Amino acid sequence: MSNTTVLHPKHLESNAKMVDFHGWDMPLHYGSQIEEHHAVRQDAGMFDVSHMTIVDVKGADAKAYLRYLLANDVAKLKAAGKALYSGMLNETGGVVDDLIVYYFNDESYRLVVNSATREKDLNWLAKVADGFNITTTVRDDYAMIAVQGPNAKAKVATLLTDEQQAAVEGMKPFFGVEAGDLFIATTGYTGETGYEIMVNVDDAGAFWDKLLGAEIQPCGLGARDTLRLEAGMNLYGQDMDENTSPLAANMGWTITWEPQDRDFMGREAITQHKAQGTQKLVGLVMTEKGVLRTGLKVRVGEEEGVITSGTFSPTLGHSVAMARVPASVGDEVEVEIRKKWITVKVVKPGFVRNGKQVF
Amino acid sequence: MSNIPSELRYATSHEWVRNEGDGVYTVGISEHAQELLGDMVFVEVPEVDESFGAGDEIAVVESVKAASDVYAPITGSVVEVNEQLEDSPELVNSDPYGDGWIFKIKADDESEVAGLLDAEGYANSIDED
Repeated sequence: MSNTTVLHPKHLESNAKMVDFHGWDMPLHYGSQIEEHHAVRQDAGMFDVSHMTIVDVKGADAKAYLRYLLANDVAKLKAAGKALYSGMLNETGGVVDDLIVYYFNDESYRLVVNSATREKDLNWLAKVADGFNITTTVRDDYAMIAVQGPNAKAKVATLLTDEQQAAVEGMKPFFGVEAGDLFIATTGYTGETGYEIMVNVDDAGAFWDKLLGAEIQPCGLGARDTLRLEAGMNLYGQDMDENTSPLAANMGWTITWEPQDRDFMGREAITQHKAQGTQKLVGLVMTEKGVLRTGLKVRVGEEEGVITSGTFSPTLGHSVAMARVPASVGDEVEVEIRKKWITVKVVKPGFVRNGKQVF
Repeated sequence: MSNIPSELRYATSHEWVRNEGDGVYTVGISEHAQELLGDMVFVEVPEVDESFGAGDEIAVVESVKAASDVYAPITGSVVEVNEQLEDSPELVNSDPYGDGWIFKIKADDESEVAGLLDAEGYANSIDED
């Protein structure tokens, strides 16, 4: 028996092709995943992301707890509503999950973690909480809709009250605010501007309909994957998992090493990883016909790597991928596709931002 | 149930065949097949004048999801390929029996066509119940 979000009937009404996503019955697309991808890059599209897990962390030790739990440092968050992206690591320095954390005050934070890792994450949060005076509350009373694209904010604005508009006026990226009954954040998984909006489950269907009325294109998991990969964003379970160091997953920039006396879960292990060196996650670009696919072998001189995520990039018109390779990698590698070795270009992960090629 | 035109013949591997006269047949993939594969991004068409036996790999349709081989439904040599698919592979999705045709083949033995499925036979073959 599958899980369904509160918006499930809306997907069926819009003729979505549904698929199983780690036990959830979710829309793969509503006709064409490529058209949905273009809608986000050129106009505005929306995603039902209610399957993700929202956890509020409160209490006297909330800040200390999160400074221990996360490799990025929540002490950097000083303005109410400010958010950051972080990994949470295990004792051997592997990635348990990646997430976004919002700061409200020193005793109140909100985490948004992945859907596929829900059970594991909640158990992990509880285990690490031992000794900290905090409570965690899973917010299953919220549905969540991501609205992304150059016209996303303007289209959403037509649906907001004056007070709500004032609440989001001039909001910089990576903030979240209460706006009436909504929680509106300037975050996303596409490389375009826009919002991720939390709405009470009882109001979610009506809100989805209003967004449809504002001519925002429903988009499924197919477009979600091509958009995030173009934007160079990791997918947990594919680009990294519990056996991957963040240093081998293009997450080095999310680790806050200073102050040196901040101990956090996995710190000792990744300090060793850093000293010994790790593989690295790079971007690959292939201009020939064909698609770089997850799992394909990558030849780096005498050594080998693997494609962790690969797809066709609708915005660029050819294939891009992320691959884990030896740190000695140069400007080019070879990939074996249907029995031929093709030379492809190595770039930093991240191919498209705000609709434009960035390599 | 997807569209399965009654005037065409079908292979169980989802290719359709249309008789153009003079022993020439147009070949593409069915609406059911394009729906399973999803948005097409590349199509590899055969070379004109190349010969194939029935069942040989003759073309490749690549969608975002996966690359799929297309098999020659009958024995013959290729007389024309759909060059539009180079720039517009999505025609295979939007018009699988019309502008999404892939190649035309001159049959060595037209009686092979009678051995393909008719519309009802194809419909039964894809019925998953």
